[in-house]
Amino acid sequence: MRWPGWPPTSRRRWPTRSKGVAETKGQGATAPAPPPEMTALRGAGDGFALRLISPVMRLVEIPMIALQRLLGINRLAWVFLAPNLLLFGLFAFLPVILNVAYATTGGANVMLADRPQIGMGNFERLLDCANHLDPNTCREDKFWRAVWNTLWFVTLQVGIMVGFSLLTAIVLNGKIRARGFFRSVFFFPVLLSPVVVALIWKWMLQRNGVLNAFLDWAGIGGYNWLVDAQWAFAWSVFLSVWAHMGFYTLILLAGLQAIPRDVYEAATMDRASPWRAFRRITLPLLAPTMLVVLVLALIKGVQTFDEVYAFTGGGPGTATTFIIQYIYEEGFAGSPRLFGLSAAASLLVAFVLVVLTLVQLWVNRKSVDG
Amino acid sequence: MTHLKLLGTTALALGLAAPAMAQEIRFMCYSDGNECEVYDDVLTRFEAANPGVDVIVDVVPYQAILENLPIQLAAGSGPDIAKVTDLGGLSQYYLDLAPYIDRAYWEASFGDTLGWYRGAAGGDAINGMHSQLTITGAFVNATLFEQAGVEMPGADATWDDWAEAARSVAAATETPFPMAIDRTGHRFAGPAISYGAAIVAEDGTPTLSDEGFAAFTAQFVEWNNDGTMARDVWAGQGGATYQDAAQEFINGELVFYYSGSWQVGRMDSTVGDLFDWQVVGSPCGPAGVCSGMPGGAGIVGFSATQHPEVVAAVIDFLAQEDIYAEVTARTRNLPAHLGVAQAGVEFEGASPAAAAALSAFAADLADVAPSAFRYQGYANNRAMFGITAERVSQAIVGELSVEDAVARMAADLEAALADAQ
Amino acid sequence: MGRTWEFLTATRGGARLHWTDWASYGYLFLGVFLMFFPVVWLVLSSFKTEADLQRYPPTFLPYQQQTITLDGHADPLPLFRITGGEHEGMILAQLRRVGLQAQMIDPANPEERLQVSIRDYERLERFSLATENYSDLFGRFNFLLYFWNSTFITVMATLIMLLTNSMAAFALSKYRFRGRTVVLLLVIGTLMIPQTVVLVPLFLIVSELGMFNSLWGVIIPGAATPTGVFLLRQYMLTIPDEILDAARMDKASEWKIYWRIILPLSAPAIAVLAILAIMWRWNDFLWPLIVLTQSENFTLQLALNSFQGELQTQWSSLLAMTVLTLLPIAMVFMFLQKYIATGIASTGGK
Repeated sequence: MRWPGWPPTSRRRWPTRSKGVAETKGQGATAPAPPPEMTALRGAGDGFALRLISPVMRLVEIPMIALQRLLGINRLAWVFLAPNLLLFGLFAFLPVILNVAYATTGGANVMLADRPQIGMGNFERLLDCANHLDPNTCREDKFWRAVWNTLWFVTLQVGIMVGFSLLTAIVLNGKIRARGFFRSVFFFPVLLSPVVVALIWKWMLQRNGVLNAFLDWAGIGGYNWLVDAQWAFAWSVFLSVWAHMGFYTLILLAGLQAIPRDVYEAATMDRASPWRAFRRITLPLLAPTMLVVLVLALIKGVQTFDEVYAFTGGGPGTATTFIIQYIYEEGFAGSPRLFGLSAAASLLVAFVLVVLTLVQLWVNRKSVDG
Repeated sequence: MTHLKLLGTTALALGLAAPAMAQEIRFMCYSDGNECEVYDDVLTRFEAANPGVDVIVDVVPYQAILENLPIQLAAGSGPDIAKVTDLGGLSQYYLDLAPYIDRAYWEASFGDTLGWYRGAAGGDAINGMHSQLTITGAFVNATLFEQAGVEMPGADATWDDWAEAARSVAAATETPFPMAIDRTGHRFAGPAISYGAAIVAEDGTPTLSDEGFAAFTAQFVEWNNDGTMARDVWAGQGGATYQDAAQEFINGELVFYYSGSWQVGRMDSTVGDLFDWQVVGSPCGPAGVCSGMPGGAGIVGFSATQHPEVVAAVIDFLAQEDIYAEVTARTRNLPAHLGVAQAGVEFEGASPAAAAALSAFAADLADVAPSAFRYQGYANNRAMFGITAERVSQAIVGELSVEDAVARMAADLEAALADAQ
Repeated sequence: MGRTWEFLTATRGGARLHWTDWASYGYLFLGVFLMFFPVVWLVLSSFKTEADLQRYPPTFLPYQQQTITLDGHADPLPLFRITGGEHEGMILAQLRRVGLQAQMIDPANPEERLQVSIRDYERLERFSLATENYSDLFGRFNFLLYFWNSTFITVMATLIMLLTNSMAAFALSKYRFRGRTVVLLLVIGTLMIPQTVVLVPLFLIVSELGMFNSLWGVIIPGAATPTGVFLLRQYMLTIPDEILDAARMDKASEWKIYWRIILPLSAPAIAVLAILAIMWRWNDFLWPLIVLTQSENFTLQLALNSFQGELQTQWSSLLAMTVLTLLPIAMVFMFLQKYIATGIASTGGK
């Protein structure tokens, strides 16, 4: 299986990593590659790294050749997979399996052996609602508040973030001086830890913060942003977009640069308006990249936690409490620690994410096949 | 070569002479100020007196004590000693110090606070040393009162009196906020008890929904909505997140600030001479009860330790009157050690205002209601603090009506008690 | 002047600036402001004293109260500018304040005591960096040790992640074997579960494996990230199989193909993964907080957060520490940024 239509192999420039894009066309997958040795020794830095790891790699080669004789080429794949699968098995799959076990038990004990089996009790408790649209009628009202908040948040955050990322990528793809500088600037917040992001913006937006000081000075008058549910929510979306859009901008920029320029030249000759060129050329050709961006942004959006938690603590009231915060508070930070309930909630979230991702792939099956 | 040999023989000799020694004790500590530094310093004296014992103070974020320590203890991988605040909740893991220490001295010195560490089990174990006692109470901006020409309510004044006075001061001086209470169920409990809430009954039954509790909840929500209380504090956060209003008070934007004794140092160093402030203790409720909430942190040993006798010796060392007095003076806390409290503490580097404030807090300890003492040692009090902060905030921002909030608190508490079994 | 303007406004194509170009630059500079200003503010705030941090309205630059030391007074006295009343325009030192009145003295004439209403004065301040925020950090804990721990964790986790992930990606992109789809689906599946929700099971596993309170307890679980496998596999898919076939004809072993051909050819994607991995591990907080409880193993992020107590946070130290932990990652970024750019550009990210 390939990740749907990505990257667009036929348009890729290969195997050089030159900066221009105009020469892309015609260098398809069948283009002759330079001898591996030459490629490997391309740069001084690469050469140095190579010299450093060479002895180790040569040493590993001895048992690997033996294994290759023993297993044959295709079964050797499992040898290559083994270290990673071992890590994944222990630290990614096993916790999830344990989570399934936790989800069927109750109580506040940490050790699984001490916990009473309650079957689907946790799921029933989460889903027990007179009216699922009104959290106040639910047994776990906080869960449903978090669900609806997350839904709104993801819709707004993904929409706005992808929109601005696309705009930024298009601007950066234009004839811009100091492109490298601007590109780095937009990527910069990605480097900050979520706690620092929250700290900075809390500092800006609190009642005695920088923004209000500026508004006071400008005569507009400050506003208590973080006490107003709507504004706190809006600023959470803003903060999350601020922190993550750089990453998606770079991906989209890469997608844009993979579009051969001569397609546009043809469009210009046909006197197509820029808007028409954007809709008819850019967007369709960008679709595979867009799909990756949307799928990733959606998954990460649903999993939003650290920065908003440090920013508002989920408030005012429960206005910015999202689903991962609910899971974290129920199972870890709160008292008593309901590991079972939070494990059940996390499985529900994972299930929804899988379904959403499959739906996205199905809706975009055209670009998936392409 | 000779060097190595020499080292080897010394180690051997030490090993034979003191088989129980050469121990490493891990002390997990968090700081609100300089506590961990002071402990580390004081414990070097213990190390000097007990060769071979190495007490390592690991300074961790408070979050690690609150969220991670219980899980580590459950998995059997905790430290030997820790400074904790969930006094009763962790009692099942504590090391009973009684076999290693002088019970009479401890009971005479720490009295009632020993009960906080016994949790639901009760009994007469000596599980921990209350290292810093705190009590909730109010800070008042005296300069604002003076400017407004409003008389400060007296010692028996009620919450209503103070609200009235604070509002008129705020109006006269154009101060944005008359009052504020820290956002935590712990601070909320003091006035609630004064309004008649039982919280933890004498037989140990907890409740968050009796008449007194509902009355103060309704009053508090009303005050938040009519501008008496600074809305930011409770409405600006979610979940059980802690939020104080010290910044507002320090900037002179707040007339009456209900917090606690631990703020004294901060006020002392940051207010400077921007204005005069003083501590007025806890106002009274309609029934004449004027209770604050006691609190604080304590130092406990864990029964999973390899060296129980050393752990006990370390804690016993810190509990000695002279050491306790020194630490209290250097960290500017209220002493829970009765002997130290009686002798009085000369707080190191404290201004006259701060010293007066600390004595005012100490004097207010007499007013603390029995149920407030019980609440502090109650094993599930953290769950109750969380529920209070969360549901009351929801009522303030309008997600729930006051009645619904009280009903939810009752239901949450019931569920929490069922789950905690 | 005109020529300079012409030069500045000339585009690459040599044409005049179109309005869309103006809009583009406007947008970009707004972006620079939005992205950088908060960070600049953070850096400046880290040089403010604790009292200065609490002030409103906040000042852009760090200021401190000016003081003067006079004979007969042990402590330096704070200076104020008098803005009204009989002493208007003078600069006086304050002895003490009682209520609304301040007792002040003129430094030029230190004998005489003056009464001034506190409404009539304002603090005299001067620009001053509270560098003690930084210097105190080094005295309070073993900064270098924590720095070394953070660096060790980051470097080792990144290396292990790059090696195992690239091997797995090689297998998943260049071999056809039974179970490949299943493995791939499992990898994608782990994307759906963030670490935050499996903290407790993960902690139990790490404890069982004896990695509690060891740097490896942070390094090894951190290396099991699906994103890396994914990113590298997508990139390797685009490497033509013909290169591999040619190498196989020359009797190169599979391992040799992996490290002499595939690895060097994937360098841009590996650079991207490297910067992401470095960033993740360096900024990691929740997980090290659980696994590391002994101070000799602490990372910078843990030390940073130890300024948060139950009831109080020491903002001045916390901000200074934040800036210090930000510096290395910013430097790594500046060094690697051109690789990221070409890397993401040629992998198309992901």
